Amino acid sequence: MEKITTVEGPGIPLHQSNVDTDQIIPAEFLKRVTKTGYDDALFYAWRQDPNFVLNNELYANGGVLVAGPDFGIGSSREHAVWALKDFGVTAVISARFGDIFRSNAGKQGLLAAKVREDVVESLWAEIAKNPGIAIRVDLEARDIRCGDIVAPFEVDDYTRWRLMEGLDDIDLSLQQADAIERFEQSRGSWRPTTLPARSA
Amino acid sequence: MAPRTLAQKLWDDHIVARGSNGEPDLLYIDLHLVHEVTSPQAFDGLRVAGRPVRRPDLTIATEDHNTPTLNIDKPIEEPTSRIQIETLRKNCEEFGVRLHSLGDIEQGIVHVVGPQLGLTMPGMTVVCGDSHTSTHGAFGAMAFGIGTSEVEHVLATQTLPLKPFKTMAITVEGELNPGVSAKDIILAIIAKIGTGGGQGYVLEYRGSAIRSLSMDGRMTICNMSIEAGARAGIVAPDQTTFDYVKGRPHAPQGAAWDEAMEHWSTLHTDEGAVFDAEVFLDANTLEPFVTWGTNPGQGVSLSDVVPDPAAMTDEHEKAAALRALEYMDLVPGTRMKDIPVDTVFMGSCTNSRLDDLRTFASIIKGHTKAEGVRVMVVPGSARVRLEAEAEGIDKIVEDFGGEWRFAGCSMCLGMNPDQLAPGERAASTSNRNFEGRQGKGGRTHLVSPMVAAATAIRGTLSSPSDVSAEMVGA
Repeated sequence: MEKITTVEGPGIPLHQSNVDTDQIIPAEFLKRVTKTGYDDALFYAWRQDPNFVLNNELYANGGVLVAGPDFGIGSSREHAVWALKDFGVTAVISARFGDIFRSNAGKQGLLAAKVREDVVESLWAEIAKNPGIAIRVDLEARDIRCGDIVAPFEVDDYTRWRLMEGLDDIDLSLQQADAIERFEQSRGSWRPTTLPARSA
Repeated sequence: MAPRTLAQKLWDDHIVARGSNGEPDLLYIDLHLVHEVTSPQAFDGLRVAGRPVRRPDLTIATEDHNTPTLNIDKPIEEPTSRIQIETLRKNCEEFGVRLHSLGDIEQGIVHVVGPQLGLTMPGMTVVCGDSHTSTHGAFGAMAFGIGTSEVEHVLATQTLPLKPFKTMAITVEGELNPGVSAKDIILAIIAKIGTGGGQGYVLEYRGSAIRSLSMDGRMTICNMSIEAGARAGIVAPDQTTFDYVKGRPHAPQGAAWDEAMEHWSTLHTDEGAVFDAEVFLDANTLEPFVTWGTNPGQGVSLSDVVPDPAAMTDEHEKAAALRALEYMDLVPGTRMKDIPVDTVFMGSCTNSRLDDLRTFASIIKGHTKAEGVRVMVVPGSARVRLEAEAEGIDKIVEDFGGEWRFAGCSMCLGMNPDQLAPGERAASTSNRNFEGRQGKGGRTHLVSPMVAAATAIRGTLSSPSDVSAEMVGA
């Protein structure tokens, strides 16, 4: 995976709380069997409204999304992360994230930067003053910079390290193959297997 | 050893390697459930890296999200749905994963199939690329939804690197009034703690009201833990759990059963164990609960009115409510019971098990559906469908004027043709009332099977007591 230390792009204000993954990408787009090509599906229903923020040409190439609390709640669909990335969103800033969304983002190199709620408010105010102003999210320094604003964000140490080193999660786990095998030998015989089916 | 919560015990029992210095633990996964929507990219990832499925014998797949609930003997019409299901079939064959395809007696919603086969048991870790995997926590298992990257991770390694969840006790004491069920309990909990209240936590549901629920009711509650933001919900196993598991196709037998019981009897929160958070709910005062908005936390008692955003103090809550009311086309102060619906959907991984269907049927029996209301009943699995038919539930639904369908996720998320039309309003036993969830422009009120049945009879959001009052009045 590509190493990530900082990302930068125009701050995209999304003045909404509880943005669920059904809004980020509706179910009809989950029928595809590929991992890319979802940029057209991002916020599909909301984008039908010409005034929706992503229809502003300032953000035609993506940027850093600044959203209300509880971003990415609901469905586990990683398609939400793929669609954001395909559109050019490199980071999402919010006071609270859905747990599964945040985990998916960490696996795919989309920064989910958790900040205090007043930081979101001041970023929104800054963007309102200077539409198109850049936000820089620095994973190494764990801070966000936008105009005069400098604010810390939360990211868990392990995800940060893995993203900065560009490490593959599966490789890291497979390095523990011996421990996995030892664990498997100690599992109780009552634990079910799917193959072959036992009969009642 | 210091007293531990049930969640901590389940976690500790599955640690392959304990993380240090802020690293996650490597957690072993006992059962991986797979379906067609979130797996194709994961199998692709394995192919690209040249990795096999490490434990096909701990993996099982079924087709549910895309499958039609009519004409299941014919090829799926919609090409993208058909390709996705064909992709799952090819992947399962290539990687040696057992698959219950459309037409198989064990086909159905993945969270109905696991328990029904006896694959979900106390003391296990269960994952699936689906947020409602929390359902399986009803057995005293640590069960949670994962994304596609994690699906690939589990296929390749049978483990996941994870940090322990915080623990929250949700104690529900008392006795439920007639007409009130598990669904009302969980809707009331979500309204109380909010859609983000459970973030980072595993919720342990406890108290006399939870103990007195059947496994189907407990699954309904754990299922919707994710709607409160929690990845997992659990109920400590007890005799109800053991009776449910015993004799199922994959349940242990003989000495293995005794070994299992010995372990399962330790699966409870120790006296003196400390939770990171605690919430209490009084079951005695609970009424049927329904949602009015566009997230599952926007709910009220059915006897209440549509709330007024102007009275809300939290700015985000107020803005969300204003937007929701506009989308839902509702006016503050409207009695919930005055809201008419176009469709009643009885199904989904929340409420499509035999108990749910029995409850629904017992209320509609002898009635005719309200004029102009579409009533769709979708059993959770092919087996549930057959069991219900053996009890004559299909006849009751058809005599009522409802549609008796084949098994699948159906209108819960409308990936198949079962959708709401724009502007259409539904009383739905499913789990999400998000904008457009059940069809573009569709409006959803989340309800219990009992409220769904009464609503189907009267045409407006109703409780079973409204139906019986009407009978007496007539």
